[in-house]
Amino acid sequence: MKIIASTICLILFILLSSCINPNETTPGSTNISQVYSIVNKGSDTLVNLALAWAEKYQQLYPNVEISVTGGGTGTGIAALINGTVDLANASRQIKPEEIQQAKANGINPVEYVVARDAIAIIVNPENPVNHLTIQQISDIYSGKINNWRDVGGDDRIIVRLSRETNSGTHVFFLENVIRLGDPKNKTLFSTDTLLLPSSEGITAETRDNPNVIGYDGLGYVTPDVKVIAVESKQVGLFVLPSADTVNNGKYPIARDLYMYSNGQPTGAIADYINWIMTPEAQTIVTQLGFVPIVIP
Amino acid sequence: MESTKNLNEYLLTRLIKISGYSAIVFVLMIFYFLLREGLPTLGEVSFLKLISIRWYPIENYFGLLPLIGGSLIVTLGAAIFAIPIGICTAVFIAEVAPRWTRDILKPLVEVLGGIPSVVLGFLGILILAPALRRLLDLPTGLTALAGSILLGGVAIPTIVSVAEDALDSVPRSYRDAALALGATQWQTIWRVTLPAARSGVMTAIMLGIGRAIGETMAVMMVTGNAAVLPVKWNSIFLPARTMTATIAAEMGEVAKNSTHYHVLFFIGLVLFLISLGINIAASTAVFKQRKRAERILS
Repeated sequence: MKIIASTICLILFILLSSCINPNETTPGSTNISQVYSIVNKGSDTLVNLALAWAEKYQQLYPNVEISVTGGGTGTGIAALINGTVDLANASRQIKPEEIQQAKANGINPVEYVVARDAIAIIVNPENPVNHLTIQQISDIYSGKINNWRDVGGDDRIIVRLSRETNSGTHVFFLENVIRLGDPKNKTLFSTDTLLLPSSEGITAETRDNPNVIGYDGLGYVTPDVKVIAVESKQVGLFVLPSADTVNNGKYPIARDLYMYSNGQPTGAIADYINWIMTPEAQTIVTQLGFVPIVIP
Repeated sequence: MESTKNLNEYLLTRLIKISGYSAIVFVLMIFYFLLREGLPTLGEVSFLKLISIRWYPIENYFGLLPLIGGSLIVTLGAAIFAIPIGICTAVFIAEVAPRWTRDILKPLVEVLGGIPSVVLGFLGILILAPALRRLLDLPTGLTALAGSILLGGVAIPTIVSVAEDALDSVPRSYRDAALALGATQWQTIWRVTLPAARSGVMTAIMLGIGRAIGETMAVMMVTGNAAVLPVKWNSIFLPARTMTATIAAEMGEVAKNSTHYHVLFFIGLVLFLISLGINIAASTAVFKQRKRAERILS
């Protein structure tokens, strides 16, 4: 009987304590004596960077608590639309229909470019292929090329790996690589493309399997997979992704990374975003393999 | 004194009654919720689009057939894998093994049932999938087969545990009678004990398959999640995408009340109806057999 009663008490306690809303930020400038909390969620590509920023910022300003979670760009923007986060991380621009849904919920998304990123095309180190054109990558992923022989490799079936459809990387890759950046192009991923739920899944399979082609954010590439050089706008010039080649525009599969807030932010959230734009915060971007927006 | 006893009795009966009915109420409420969130699909997406073979929700392709096919082929594979092993293990534990082996095996099987499926999925992605690729010379190990083997592993503890209980409750006298008539141990097991425990064994299989078809995490990690309709003879060796993995992978992303959201609930509804169908089929089969057995006995 005692055990049952204490269990019920415990459950009630957990339920009640989760009702307390921890993210009430008062408008106005940051007040040292008060604790502010910022909820930050979204793109898995951005999650490590966002965590590093949050950690550093909390060291500088111990009265601000920033909670960072991943889940994908779609998840982050959906959370912003539903009003459950202060800042949504996105690896693509918000879609017009998402803006519509947000407006319908009384949310007004404001966009900030916080860093840049490149998508690296990766294969198993045993694969002899070193470089591909965007057209070839598009043909591979749309199912027109099915054997590594056709792009200068061994006689092996190509296994295509992709992130799940809720990943911003997936949408960016579809629009800018498979559809070659043409909005009228309606090519889709080949149906037998493996959709893996995490970057780790893609790295693990690429490390192990010589048939595989995969793609992932430059910040996620580990040394045990091989990065493919991609043809730049200049015909015949193949470029490996790096901070330099992204910044000077030579590497063709690059993109901006965003944060979205609800309306013009005030108080602690505005301070945080302003800090992200400083050289100090952008140094962290370089350290994590992304490309900074303002040169420190 | 007498009145408190009556009051206690009254309260207890009520409490038990409420618990009994609550199960029915919960099922009805879940069903109502699925209908409310899933049925708008039929107004938003044409039926022809739902039975097409392309699933790519971010571009409004809502073909459910590859997902239903994926779930069925993975579950069927799991059943083929788990039923013989599960029943044989149950027979061994209940009928053949000596007392001390049995005392070790039964708890071990139950521990196996307690392993979180995400751990199984992890083993699958790191060990099983690469091993399958090398062993069978497949383009990739992330296939329906890998999912089937893991799901078999999820279903086996359930099957063993429930089937063993059923075999154990067959009266001692049945076995004694068979042995006294000169039957060998194998004949006793195959002709007497197993048929006598048939309804329990059937329940064990159904519970096992029910666990397998609803399992999500392990499947999402190892089947590759490619929405291909499994119609080729070698589909089991190709990647597949199950209904559960689709719901789990995509539910976090969708905006509430969008078409995609409704379609995901519609998939949940389809899944619910499929497992309901399996359960009804199983229980009618069990009832029929019981009637025949009763006729023979009477």
